[in-house]
Amino acid sequence: MRRVILIIIAIALAVGIYEVSRHRSGTSKPVSSPGNPAPEFSLTDLDGKPLRLADYQGKVVLLDFWATWCVPCRAEIPHFVDFQNQYREQGLQVVGISMDDDAKPVREFYQQFKMNYPVALGTDKVAAAYGGILGLPITFLIGRDGRIAAKYVGETQMPVVEAEVKALLQAK
Amino acid sequence: MAILIRKLALMLALGVIVATAVAQTDELAPGSPQLINPEDLVKLLQAPIGQKPLILNVGPSLIYMQAHIPGSEYIGAGSDKQGVESLRRRVKSLAHNTSIVLYCGCCPWGHCPNVRPAYQELQKAGFTKVKVLYIADNFGADWVQKGYPTIKGQ
Repeated sequence: MRRVILIIIAIALAVGIYEVSRHRSGTSKPVSSPGNPAPEFSLTDLDGKPLRLADYQGKVVLLDFWATWCVPCRAEIPHFVDFQNQYREQGLQVVGISMDDDAKPVREFYQQFKMNYPVALGTDKVAAAYGGILGLPITFLIGRDGRIAAKYVGETQMPVVEAEVKALLQAK
Repeated sequence: MAILIRKLALMLALGVIVATAVAQTDELAPGSPQLINPEDLVKLLQAPIGQKPLILNVGPSLIYMQAHIPGSEYIGAGSDKQGVESLRRRVKSLAHNTSIVLYCGCCPWGHCPNVRPAYQELQKAGFTKVKVLYIADNFGADWVQKGYPTIKGQ
């Protein structure tokens, strides 16, 4: 009996040491990793309307962190406009969070690029909730279950994003 | 055969001319002496002796607020008129041999709209010891994720 108790204590210690070292070495899964629930946010869009992730519950959300001065972001946005047109009926919602310091260039860009989805100015709080937006673009795909399905850092291959969007739309 | 050789030589010459022109127009091309790598800046900042450079952030404020190099000062985006004006004001009273490091980290190096105008402004003002922090992809990947020191806030 004593032996069994000693073995249990040894296993518990080993698991404890492993968990502590895992967290210290930074291998624990960040909140913005695929599989985790997408952090909620509440912002105001360019028209002054509330923009909350919760409003798109049950939809596939393509959440794009971007800025008007970011060259790769500018290249991606016409594709996101197309996606919104093409997959809206099937349940896709594109949402843009701009990391610009000022709304004026964002409004101009919105008109110029005929953006057809809501855009809000980001905050450091929202950026932190998504694991830090320390470089652009960063795009998240969120499934109908509200979980992060994919995270793309830097300019992405649109056929890859589109294939993932289609797969998520099919998963009812 | 002779025509083919002539065509190849012409293409080679054109390639050399284009490459030279590009190198001349971008003083901050990767590998330029005006650049400092993140690991070298970290060593410089952590050295027990020696004067530390003045580090100025010329990128977007939302990125600076999330994480920046301890001791660095936020100036404003170098691509913006107000940012350049603010840089002008900040360095106005400094000696021209002040050691300054500019950095941004918003986007991949070739696409950064901020560091080049800020660097040119300091060149124009006569500063002789200006370096630009070479951030290949972005501040997150090339500084934060490498475990280099950062702080948050204004």
